[in-house]
Amino acid sequence: MSSTFLGMPAAPPRSPYGSGNLRGDEKFPKAAHHELRNDQLRRNLRKATHTIRGKRLNVTAELPDWEALRDAGSAIKTDTMNRLPELLEQLERKVTEAGGTVHWARDADEANAIVTRLVAATGSEEVIKVKSMATQEIGLNEHLESQGVRAYETDLAELIVQLADDKPSHILVPAIHRNRDEIREIFLKEIPGVDPELNAVPAELAAAARAYLREKFMTTKVAISGANFGIAETGTLSVVESEGNGRMCLTLPETLITVMGIEKVLPRYEDLEVFFQLLPRSSTGERMNPYTSLWTGVTPGDGPQEFHLVLLDNGRTAALADSVGREALNCIRCSACLNVCPVYERAGGHAYGSTYPGPIGAVLTPQLAGMHAAKDDPNSSLPYASSLCGACFDACPVKIDIPSLLVELRHQNTEQSGRTVEQAAMKAAAAVMARPGLYTTAQKAAGLGRVVAGRDKKITRLPAPFDGWSESRDLAAPPKQTFRDWFASDEGRATLGAAAREGAESRAESATPATDDSEEQR
Amino acid sequence: MRIGLFATCLGDTLYPDAVKSTAVLLARLGHEVVFPPGQTCCGQMHVNTGYQREPVPLVRNYAEQFGDASIEAVVMPSGSCAGSVRHQHEIIAERYGDAALRSGVATVKAKTYELSELLVDVLDVTDVGAYFPHRVTYHPTCHSLRMLRVGDKPLKLLRAVDAIDLVELPEADACCGFGGTFALKNADTSSAMLKDKLAHVTGTGADVCTAGDSSCLMHIGGGLSRIKAGTRTLHLAQILASTRTAPHVLTEAAR
Repeated sequence: MSSTFLGMPAAPPRSPYGSGNLRGDEKFPKAAHHELRNDQLRRNLRKATHTIRGKRLNVTAELPDWEALRDAGSAIKTDTMNRLPELLEQLERKVTEAGGTVHWARDADEANAIVTRLVAATGSEEVIKVKSMATQEIGLNEHLESQGVRAYETDLAELIVQLADDKPSHILVPAIHRNRDEIREIFLKEIPGVDPELNAVPAELAAAARAYLREKFMTTKVAISGANFGIAETGTLSVVESEGNGRMCLTLPETLITVMGIEKVLPRYEDLEVFFQLLPRSSTGERMNPYTSLWTGVTPGDGPQEFHLVLLDNGRTAALADSVGREALNCIRCSACLNVCPVYERAGGHAYGSTYPGPIGAVLTPQLAGMHAAKDDPNSSLPYASSLCGACFDACPVKIDIPSLLVELRHQNTEQSGRTVEQAAMKAAAAVMARPGLYTTAQKAAGLGRVVAGRDKKITRLPAPFDGWSESRDLAAPPKQTFRDWFASDEGRATLGAAAREGAESRAESATPATDDSEEQR
Repeated sequence: MRIGLFATCLGDTLYPDAVKSTAVLLARLGHEVVFPPGQTCCGQMHVNTGYQREPVPLVRNYAEQFGDASIEAVVMPSGSCAGSVRHQHEIIAERYGDAALRSGVATVKAKTYELSELLVDVLDVTDVGAYFPHRVTYHPTCHSLRMLRVGDKPLKLLRAVDAIDLVELPEADACCGFGGTFALKNADTSSAMLKDKLAHVTGTGADVCTAGDSSCLMHIGGGLSRIKAGTRTLHLAQILASTRTAPHVLTEAAR
């Protein structure tokens, strides 16, 4: 047979190692250990997450069709992922027809290079930015800086983070880890010409930022945004926001460059009806967000006269290739899962080391960037950063089954990890538990734990890998007798027999007067 | 009814009192309790830690032990083990099992219940004739609440207990921080979650914190013991099995 074997198609690439912000410096438990010592952070997080939690519950409970909306959101997203290639080509066609230019970026490096080239072509050395997860993910600001272009974040919280040379710790509330006193300090230090009498009052702080930003809006010729939605049917892009800074960036400059993850496409314009309800209610706990911008290509004489759409893959096709994991691509970045997550509430967003923290980040980050890109890849610890309590699944507006995805990614991790001590222990445990004879022997061995218990029948110190347990918890000494031994014993039989007789007697007793009552009534 | 009792590995080995109470309670309600001695573990620890090939024999064993059609229902005093059987065994069988395992798993899954589900949904009873004259607060464990959706079934059972002083636990639906191997792999975060749970539990002034899972109770109880709180932990089954003729006698508090 004279045919050439072309082989299996190559697996789609993940986000390249070392570029962008999809990997931290240390594994989650270690990073969380540091963050947990920050009492200020803990207090801020608790207050902020609990406040948003309450608001979200109020505005979702008031809608009689909330569950139907979640189902619709889930169905539209699932349909989108099932035919992503055709929808993206349709989007490209429609944007081009409307006077925009579409660019395809395989990964963070390509996207950064495209944006840099587009900015350079305008001759501008400054850009203003709308809060965007995609550009955060690819590390666009840092890249532009290295190319001599200064990027100004215009979202208040992003500005705080940028001025402090810090990293966002929450998808929606990037400066959730800062309080008003810290923000005042940052502004005094970093905003040129700020009033030294500035008070740590929200209105004064906002006014200081406003004065600083207003000048940037009026003078900068290029803006860079992300997108919440891109409509394949019409080529329309949409950004939802609260402060109006987005509207400024999207309308005032001459050139607008939008970087959008390819999973943000929606098939039809009317699909927005579902998502414009789901998103604000889930994210800020508002019925409607203050500013919703929609634009389609270029409108002569109105708004930016040059529009570029950069479609970003950066590991999304790799996630799409995973029949289970692809569900994470349905995420609309509302951050409801962060706000209800008990792990996020304690450890904070920085512990995840990624632009995407919290439960969704723990499943999205490893899929976009991989879990084994280097030895001891911190991303391999992310799927374990959850007690699998399931609060995220209940809060998700598009019903992403995050706990099941976490379990799936843990499985992928163990499959990719090769032989480990843990795997050997798990194998041994399963081998024992699969044989009742061995199992009962092991139970007797466990019972020997009684000898290490104190007189109060408590075990207060355990060896590794169980020492983390005994840091804050005792363990009761194992009982002398297992359940199965009791059940088979004379005592067990006698106790169950007595319970059966007692039950039968009390049923007979309560049955008799009931009959009397009914007879009397007759 | 002929009811198969799955003790769970943790219940069988470390917390037999909760399983004994389950058996006693069902016997008192007039049911035949069957304990297939070949049973061991549901494999939840393996699956939740990322191991899916290793627990295949455990999934198979569970299906075999309780597959007999004469067993009308299978009950376990654990929401998370019931959750594993109902939500995870199929995934394992689908991926690493054969046709026989897949059909066996489907059969037992349909008749597997956590204790409060069996009592309220299947046996249609909320007043089990229990007597427990103590102040109690109830922690709804995550898997019974959000995986099995038991809702207020355990509370219905507790409210019907004679002489009980049932007090509400603030932020009850928050996870206690156990999460199986999570408590070991992320011990610091787990401890921070536990700390808040303990503050809520002790704040109720309850004599007893109860739940439907010995694993979560091991975690909460271990924390209460460490801070020498006056609150003990007891499995829901132990409260429901306590009667006027055979009352549960509270042990000395940890204090």
